Amino acid sequence: MDVQLKRGFLDVCVLAAIKNEDSYGYKIIKDMKPYFDMSESTLYTILKRLELAGMLTVYTAEHGGRLRKYYHITRAGLGRLEDFKAEWHEVMTMYRFVIKEETEHV
Amino acid sequence: MCKREFLDALAARLSALSPQEREERLSFYSEMIDDRIEEGCPEENAVTDIGSIEEIVAQILSDAPHTRREGEIRTPKKALGAWAIVLIIIGFPLWFSLAIAAFAVVLSVYVVLWSMLVSLWAVFAALVACSLSGMAAGGVALFGGHSLFGMAMVGASLALAGLAILLFLAVKATTGGTVWLTKRLAFRGVAVFSKKEKVS
Repeated sequence: MDVQLKRGFLDVCVLAAIKNEDSYGYKIIKDMKPYFDMSESTLYTILKRLELAGMLTVYTAEHGGRLRKYYHITRAGLGRLEDFKAEWHEVMTMYRFVIKEETEHV
Repeated sequence: MCKREFLDALAARLSALSPQEREERLSFYSEMIDDRIEEGCPEENAVTDIGSIEEIVAQILSDAPHTRREGEIRTPKKALGAWAIVLIIIGFPLWFSLAIAAFAVVLSVYVVLWSMLVSLWAVFAALVACSLSGMAAGGVALFGGHSLFGMAMVGASLALAGLAILLFLAVKATTGGTVWLTKRLAFRGVAVFSKKEKVS
């Protein structure tokens, strides 16, 4: 898949993973596991990018005698998710067109 | 490999990153391993799950094109090769005499510039002296009964005084300009020998 396209999709997936409740690195990876695998390095890069873009905030909380970083979605992050859902209709329409063209010309 | 070994090895490989970024990444991986261990995963397996250090480093470096990689910035000074040293020694009579000639040319330009200034100031001084003495002579002539001659002398002296004032303004500006130019050229000359550090 195109790197830029995939990067955009993965950003949205991470935002979706922290949409309902604040989450931490390992839990985000676990939540995605049934759907796809994401490496720790990839997740780190995405979290960093989203943080810099103001789509999530990071805070540290104590857990079991150690510190753990939690990620909280911001208003901008929620907006990005909504935008994605709105855009997705367009993408699906294009996809259906591509599939239709292919099946008609085979 | 235990967690400590893994993090130490990773830290060593990430020396190209800034200390803060390296620390952040290491604490991220440390937390990932701790969370796995907490779930009941043996430490060795938790470390293996994270992936090989080679893969991690490759991904970090490809993901962070803007990261300051110190290795790229720290360009070690190239030591002069043996041939370069030999050429410098053999060519000494040539390059040394050329350097002296260049220095002499620069020096002569300075001397010409400054002697021009000196002569301009001398003209100014002469104008002032002529004007003053002319006025004195004119005054003496006026009171001595040679009124026509005296008036001509005083008039000429006043004209000379006017010229002196104009010349003073011009020579002052020229002196200022020359001093500025000398400073600029001197700094340029110094800059040739001191290399600026490049910061990217």
